[in-house]
Amino acid sequence: MREFFIFAVLVLCALFSVLVTISILGVLVTETWRFFDSDEVTVRGFLFGTQWNPLIGREKHFGIWALISGTMLVTLIAMLIALPLGLITAVYLSEYAPRRVRNVLKPVLEILAGIPTVVYGFFALMTITPVLQWLHDGFNVYNALSAGIAVGILCLPTVCSLSEDALQAVPRALRDGAYGLGSTKFDVSVKVVLPAALSGIISAFLLAIARAIGETMIVALAAGSRARITADPRDDVQTMTAFMVQMATGDVSNFGVEYYSMYAVAFTLFVLTLGLTMIGSIVRRRFREKYE
Amino acid sequence: MSNSVPESIDSTPPVAPLREGRGRVRLNVAFFTICLATAGMSVLILLLLLWSILSEGLPYMSRTLLTSGPEPVAEEAGIWPALAGTIWVCGLCGLLTLPAGIATAILLEEFRPRGRVGRFSHGLIQLNITNLAGVPSVVYGILGLTAFVGMFGLFHSSSFEIGVTYYDQFFSEGDQAILVPIPHRDAPLTDAADGMLAYDYEMNPIDVNVVDPGDPLPDDEALLDYTLHSDAEAGRIDHRSWYYLRLPFGRGVLAGALTLMLVILPIVIISSQEALRAVPSSLRDGARGLGATPWQVIWNVTLPASIPGIMTGAILAMSRAIGEAAPILIIAGIVYINRAPQHLMDDFTVMPMQIFNWTARPQEEFHGIAAAAIIVLLLILLSFNAVAVWIRQKLQKPLS
Repeated sequence: MREFFIFAVLVLCALFSVLVTISILGVLVTETWRFFDSDEVTVRGFLFGTQWNPLIGREKHFGIWALISGTMLVTLIAMLIALPLGLITAVYLSEYAPRRVRNVLKPVLEILAGIPTVVYGFFALMTITPVLQWLHDGFNVYNALSAGIAVGILCLPTVCSLSEDALQAVPRALRDGAYGLGSTKFDVSVKVVLPAALSGIISAFLLAIARAIGETMIVALAAGSRARITADPRDDVQTMTAFMVQMATGDVSNFGVEYYSMYAVAFTLFVLTLGLTMIGSIVRRRFREKYE
Repeated sequence: MSNSVPESIDSTPPVAPLREGRGRVRLNVAFFTICLATAGMSVLILLLLLWSILSEGLPYMSRTLLTSGPEPVAEEAGIWPALAGTIWVCGLCGLLTLPAGIATAILLEEFRPRGRVGRFSHGLIQLNITNLAGVPSVVYGILGLTAFVGMFGLFHSSSFEIGVTYYDQFFSEGDQAILVPIPHRDAPLTDAADGMLAYDYEMNPIDVNVVDPGDPLPDDEALLDYTLHSDAEAGRIDHRSWYYLRLPFGRGVLAGALTLMLVILPIVIISSQEALRAVPSSLRDGARGLGATPWQVIWNVTLPASIPGIMTGAILAMSRAIGEAAPILIIAGIVYINRAPQHLMDDFTVMPMQIFNWTARPQEEFHGIAAAAIIVLLLILLSFNAVAVWIRQKLQKPLS
């Protein structure tokens, strides 16, 4: 009898996590519904509009693409740094590194992964931006490039550790076979092991992109608060997450359209990251090579 | 017969293309160099990060920083309220998360169902947790704002409270505070009257001396302290004790802890699952063979064997919670907090929030103390990780 009791308690705890997901969806969907219900917003204007200024004067625009463009610019810069560096570091750790180097490099990557994101934001604002401004005059104090670089450094350990797991999972037999055929270490690493671990690597990439999209503190400190569509990394942009922070910390009257716009942006963000996470899981499971 | 085509003296052997012969060797060496350089770049970046923070922050490290609250002048500002807030919020969060997370992990790992419905729900819960781990922390902040701070709008403001007493406060003609208890929160403001129950600021009962507006005031200083005009107006204040609770939770410590719990719960579950999975099944089978029920096996064999792994995961999750600023930002906003939290519903701030606050200001000195606060935060996190590594090594017994 006691066993059943304990089992019931455990099941309740597990159901709590399901409850969390349902609440997230419920809250976001209801408040987004209220957002679209108000007079100033239309679904077409939201999905296809290109201006986002919910606070300025009489003309309020709610086109989400301005915010998505900011997020995409920062994410793109971050991925240009994190993906190549992370992957090559993973290849080095998995194929080349002697044990002493591993014992230094792995803790370094763990430390980089464990540093709070505010610290990266501080680093972006205090160190990266002055260097960029010294290199070229056109950089604004808030610019997308320094935030992108910091987000890239943040995601680098994620890419590296997940890719390294995928590379390590490739059985030795494949490598030995390639060596037997006369390959150099480069041939083995890049032409045999990498393609074999490709599903895990792609899944790592997608997870890193999801993480970069959801990053808040770095962009809130370093990227700026002007929502607009631009491809110039020297400009200040506003990402979806930075907008949510701006709404939550400003004195916006409760239950106005601006307040609900925060929920609509949160919903978009949630859908994007959830989609990326799920596609990553599917890719990893569906395309995993069967080695036996 | 040798070939009599003369070779020009300064001809060089043809460059091997990258696809064959010595070219492949060169490509190999070049790639190795690239790998080494890339790996070294990570170390370089970390060193650069640490150097920039230390160089900005070390000049500002002082005792004032650790013990005082935020001030308008940077030299006198401190992180004590933020530090206390972090201890309150993250301690409470850990107390809430660890039991729930470990329980879920036990259910998912030890009670694997065999029927089709059971397997389907097991897979669903597992998938759900993996997806929750990837949700950005701002979304959890928004959920916490709606669910814990505002309670989905189900309660009007402060509709249920315990642990609070309300007073009407007068200021006497001698500029002393006089407190009059009132029966309940919605009672009308009291008028000054002779013989009413009144206390001074230290809660000593006093006799109030009420004079009409036109009469002369007494000369005695002590009497003046307790003199009120009959038309004096009171303001309503409340005294909240340490066990103050109210529904809805409002922007307090409890709401912050619950929101952080949402953020780190998937991490705790996933790492506990891995720790439980690492216990070899021979231990479990042996216990079952001796006649133990499933729960006895878990409680007496599996859990003790997986404690090091679970503790490591829990400490890493707490490190993440200490460093999280985004959900707290959404819940609490930017508020001026100058003391440690006094009760569960009190306003609070945490270290990352204070760092964010100071970094966002234009003055250079605030950047300096922000860097000093970062140093304190990193030291805390470093000690947490060192404890995790120490536990992992100390308690690591070979299990089979």
